[in-house]
Amino acid sequence: MQTAPDVLLLLVVLTNFVVLGTTRLSAGVRAVAVQGLLLGLLPLTLASSVSFHIVTLSAGTVIVKGIVLPYFLMWAIREAAVRREIEPVVGYIASLLLGALALALAFAIAAHLPLPAEQQALLVPVSLATVMIGFIVLTSRRKALTQVVGYLMLENGTYLFGLTHAESVPFLLEIAVLLDVFVGVFIMGIVVFHINREFDSLDSAHLSELRD
Amino acid sequence: MRLILLWALPAIAGAVSYAVPASRAGTLRPGILVATAAAHLAIVLSLWIRPAPGAFDGWLYADPLGLLVLSLTSVVFFLTALYTVEYMRRQRARGGRVFVTGLLAFLAAATLVTLSQHLALLWVGIEATTLALAPLIFHRHDRRSLEAVWKYLLISSVGIALALLGIFFLATAQVGVAGRPLILDDLTSHAGELHPAWLRVAFLFLLVGFGTKMGLAPMHTWKPDTYGEAPSLVSGLMAGVLTSCAFLGVARVTGVVVAAGLGPFVQPVLIGFGLLSLAVAAVFIIGQSDVKRLLAYSSVEHMGLLVLGLGFGGIGAYGSVLHMLNNGLSKSWLFLVVGNIVLASGSSAISANRGLIRSLPVSGTLLVLGLFAVTGSPPFGLFISEFTLLRAAIGAGHLWVASVMLVLLAVIFVGMALPLLEMALGGEAGNADPLPESRWLVIGPILLAAAVLTLGLYIPTPLRDALAGAAAGLGGMVP
Repeated sequence: MQTAPDVLLLLVVLTNFVVLGTTRLSAGVRAVAVQGLLLGLLPLTLASSVSFHIVTLSAGTVIVKGIVLPYFLMWAIREAAVRREIEPVVGYIASLLLGALALALAFAIAAHLPLPAEQQALLVPVSLATVMIGFIVLTSRRKALTQVVGYLMLENGTYLFGLTHAESVPFLLEIAVLLDVFVGVFIMGIVVFHINREFDSLDSAHLSELRD
Repeated sequence: MRLILLWALPAIAGAVSYAVPASRAGTLRPGILVATAAAHLAIVLSLWIRPAPGAFDGWLYADPLGLLVLSLTSVVFFLTALYTVEYMRRQRARGGRVFVTGLLAFLAAATLVTLSQHLALLWVGIEATTLALAPLIFHRHDRRSLEAVWKYLLISSVGIALALLGIFFLATAQVGVAGRPLILDDLTSHAGELHPAWLRVAFLFLLVGFGTKMGLAPMHTWKPDTYGEAPSLVSGLMAGVLTSCAFLGVARVTGVVVAAGLGPFVQPVLIGFGLLSLAVAAVFIIGQSDVKRLLAYSSVEHMGLLVLGLGFGGIGAYGSVLHMLNNGLSKSWLFLVVGNIVLASGSSAISANRGLIRSLPVSGTLLVLGLFAVTGSPPFGLFISEFTLLRAAIGAGHLWVASVMLVLLAVIFVGMALPLLEMALGGEAGNADPLPESRWLVIGPILLAAAVLTLGLYIPTPLRDALAGAAAGLGGMVP
């Protein structure tokens, strides 16, 4: 029984629910920042031996997902003077229930898809749950910035699954993937900034001029 | 060496162009753009004459299918670059700096996609193409383009995230199987040993993920908005090149899954997405009031045809790859023509443009010809490829699918012909003299039209061999 990764993964699940339940935008961003830090620690605790590869991956994840991107999103909130409330389309209680459902579903799916190799038992269900909860946040929140938070959670879930292949996906590729996510969120942040200036609100429901 | 140069050159040129001081940017930046595009095209041509060995342990290699997409990319990009020079002069494009660098970054990323034999590297390339074009969609910096770029970024990013998950699933299916992880050749040669359950899930995620980038229905919702708001030449690159790169992603994974003997599982899925895309396109093309959005739905239609071909198997794979070339060339042809129309009239609304054949004789004629080309009329290349796809459907015993296809194609023809002919021929005759048309703005579409016409009349032997090789890689054959 490896306790350290288990604890980290359970904390990841907890951060998912914090994002679902919080009424404040900045709390959501902080929760995703914590999730990024947890993700950065996971490779260190999962690896049998600590190599340069693992350390750099951990450091890169902590810096990008735990520090730089959340800091950037907080900057966008402050600079664009976003109102603090999240304004969900689906209520908080309903969101939490949906999240619980997603978690149960993730465990059920993981039980049916056996991993070929010996792996951390919680890794696959937690990864799938994070992907699904990211999706819920993405679709049930109106503010553009909250949607970026949902996208980051979706990416984090994917990253968790990728950890089952830490040795088969080479180092440079991991860095490239991390860079892609970084640039993607960065561009999204810039667009969010413009949306707020243009519409005086980050509510993506204003973005409905283009339709058939 | 050439395989590395192909993507490194545009990447470096993009950085250099960004660093050019504003005082000398007027001539230097267009020069860098065209010279890089020309060099890229020259290297791609050299690959046809003398194939290059793989680079980076076989991670980069120009196999037949990849080489075809690469050639399409290079030709379309070169002609678009020629067009861009005059376009930028007329538009006084704000941020010409971001514009040229974005285009070159896109070329580098698209090239990487076509050469990747490692699926995760292919993913990195596709994500990079998405990001490289985002600033170009936001070019006008107004509310509508803001909305378009937001939808594009969010929907594409989610799609691509799902595709990455699909790639990890594929890697899971490969655990314990001989061969290097996620390298196409090794995946295909040991396809039978891959874990079938994980392989199925991987296929579905990759199809939905890359299908979002292709603009298959129902993941197409970003497409009309994005093509409608982006500068026309950028829409042309997206409809011609970006969708083909995404199709390459779908085709690669389909090849692996078919080699694993899961054809009966994937084919109905592909046919379902294909028919739905055709139906959605038919519904939204009718009554469309904006020509760029009209072309966007036409693109949804052709993406549907591409996956239908993969779904039919047999000669369908050949038809699909040929159709990808035809579609890529004809879509960028039409978007460049529409770019000329918008430059002249200031609007892409169908009602704002009348009698183009008199006011812009060359562009107007190219618009009418383009209409017949994209709707699959003879003698253009799309007629041949769509006919091959229909034959494949009948050959595989999908009679009802073939009939539905025919009906939808007919509806789409009518839905496109009415507004486009109205634009070209409508309005009062004998009004003002024709407006002058710069030769730099018409040379690109003329050459693209010539290429589509040529593909309809005659397929040169090297091209036929490459098509056959690509079809074989997808488990198909030559008609």
